Amino acid sequence: MSAVAGAALRSDASRAARAGPPLLEVRNLKMHFTVAGRVFSRKTAAKIKAVDDVSFTIGRGETLGLVGESGCGKTTTGRCILRLEKPTAGEILFEGQNLCELDRKALNEKRERMQVIFQDPYSSLNPRMKVGSIIGEPMKVHGIYPNEKERDQRVAELLLVCGLNPKFMDRYPHEMSGGQRQRVGIARALSLNPEFIVCDEAVSALDVSIQAQVINLLESLREQFNLSYLFIAHDLSVVHHLCHRVAVMYLGRLVELADSDELFAHPLHPYTQALLEAVPIPDPDVEKQRAHRVMKGEIPSPINPPSGCVFHPRCPLAVSSCRQEVPQLRELKPGHWVSCPRV
Amino acid sequence: MPLLEVEDLYTQFDTSAGTVRAVDGISYTVNEGETVGIVGESGCGKSVSALSILRLIAEPPGRIASGSIRFAGRNLLTLNDAEIREVRGGQIAMVFQEPMTSLNPVLTIGLQLCETMEIHLKLSPQEAQARAIELLDMVGISEPAGRLQQYPHHLSGGMRQRVMIAIALSCKPKLIIADEPTTALDVTIQAQILELMKDLTKRFGVALIIITHNLGVVARYANRVNVMYAGRIVESGTASDVYHRPVHPYTLGLLRSVPRMDRPRGDRLIPIDGQPPDLTREIVGCAYRPRCSFAVERCAREAPRIEEVAGGHASACFERARLLRLLKEAS
Repeated sequence: MSAVAGAALRSDASRAARAGPPLLEVRNLKMHFTVAGRVFSRKTAAKIKAVDDVSFTIGRGETLGLVGESGCGKTTTGRCILRLEKPTAGEILFEGQNLCELDRKALNEKRERMQVIFQDPYSSLNPRMKVGSIIGEPMKVHGIYPNEKERDQRVAELLLVCGLNPKFMDRYPHEMSGGQRQRVGIARALSLNPEFIVCDEAVSALDVSIQAQVINLLESLREQFNLSYLFIAHDLSVVHHLCHRVAVMYLGRLVELADSDELFAHPLHPYTQALLEAVPIPDPDVEKQRAHRVMKGEIPSPINPPSGCVFHPRCPLAVSSCRQEVPQLRELKPGHWVSCPRV
Repeated sequence: MPLLEVEDLYTQFDTSAGTVRAVDGISYTVNEGETVGIVGESGCGKSVSALSILRLIAEPPGRIASGSIRFAGRNLLTLNDAEIREVRGGQIAMVFQEPMTSLNPVLTIGLQLCETMEIHLKLSPQEAQARAIELLDMVGISEPAGRLQQYPHHLSGGMRQRVMIAIALSCKPKLIIADEPTTALDVTIQAQILELMKDLTKRFGVALIIITHNLGVVARYANRVNVMYAGRIVESGTASDVYHRPVHPYTLGLLRSVPRMDRPRGDRLIPIDGQPPDLTREIVGCAYRPRCSFAVERCAREAPRIEEVAGGHASACFERARLLRLLKEAS
């Protein structure tokens, strides 16, 4: 298949997936943490708005990328969706049911269907457990395949699906390479037949050649099992390749959301533009023609964020009204949302 | 004459699992004022090769088994301790990956900046302080005079890396070795730091060795590139040659494995199968052979030496002619 035909097919598939009701809908999600002041200090505790009024949807079979720099709230958003944090406000609708209102038992049932793959293949696997028990444990906990023999068979299947030899069942994580461990993490996430997986920097710790192997694995698993991913990452090239749609976060807020190709070809928000310009492209001739403008300043502290639009101190388009008014997301082109009144 | 000439360098580590041949016979040169990129994946020996230049390999377990490193006419490997100390931080400076750990957390920024200048340039404390303020201003740190009293934990990651660059430049070196200088930083800060390093090295005519796993960073900043695999340089040449006319299957494999942001989303990536070899075991033949789709019978017996293909473009592959032909046909 030619590259062009492949791309066309893929975007058709993603469009079809998005036609139905979304699998997951996040509405006005807020996660505020209070930071304790110093011991014996009478100062009131500071508040960090890690996630502030974030909304998006993910369709069945769709991959939504969530990008931004450290501390922008992308991981916290993922943790809220998995209900590893209790959000301060907002709704998380999974198949129409609000996860924030479920009791423990109902939530545990939902958790069978949503899983997570973490960044660090070294610390996310228990070093004292064999690979077989690591992958088998979720099934044991949720009472799927209570028979040990059947469970082992299922573990062997999962290892094969993830491109590992079933013999690896009897190995410990330290006997494996980083790429192999990440495959074990993926097999564990698949063990309960989930519909939705949060991939939190799932390929960031891997070397280029191994990273490509795992990216391809994630793609083929999505097609095979009609999975939906929330793909949290800071590597924009990987996000562009893997995601149907991409959401950009800055200091707890969503600044832009669009189709992947649209966002990378026509970024509208000044932050997205600066972010994309900063990424070097592995081609010296292309690099020679790019203007290497550098965005000034650093990300402000989330304890004391700028008033109005949080991006205004670094923004080339900022005017005085940006200091007062908090911009809302608006749809400038079909499916392309931006939170900047100046574009 | 090149500024730096590394010739047949072997660096090894004795471990309980056996001898690790981290750098296994590499040769390359760096000319005055030019930027050379060294790319490769974890464990390919790129950092060890750089640390070897400054003899920063801990002995034991490490040792520079053989080779020569000529810098401005002197062989650095035969200098005594006092002489190499003069070179370190003086004529050759280093910027490390982790700005959190490469600055001393219990000393002020001012002390760390002035110390090197007082030792290498024999400046008085007052002179050193005046120059320190000038340097901090140059690397884009606001209120430089006040910063001298601050400690590293007062600064952000990007600021700390700016301080590291100020320290590196402080003694007017001829060469700076930057080992993954921006890997720990966010992408917009990464761009700031790299642009700063480019501007300053150009302004002062300092040569730069930039070690990274990021193919984009090399494409943006390096004049020439060395690609390393399993302790050896497998391909070297100008950035344009290496990226557009690769003559080693590993380079080609790397370029095909990275997704590109500037192209529309297309088909699957083409990864390199398998994993890098275990360097504690002796490798017979070409180290890349088990992962290589171009491998022939000869590759199992003999390790290919790196040889020039055309004008400064070199490859360590027996099948480079076939590779070149196929790429030409494809384009």
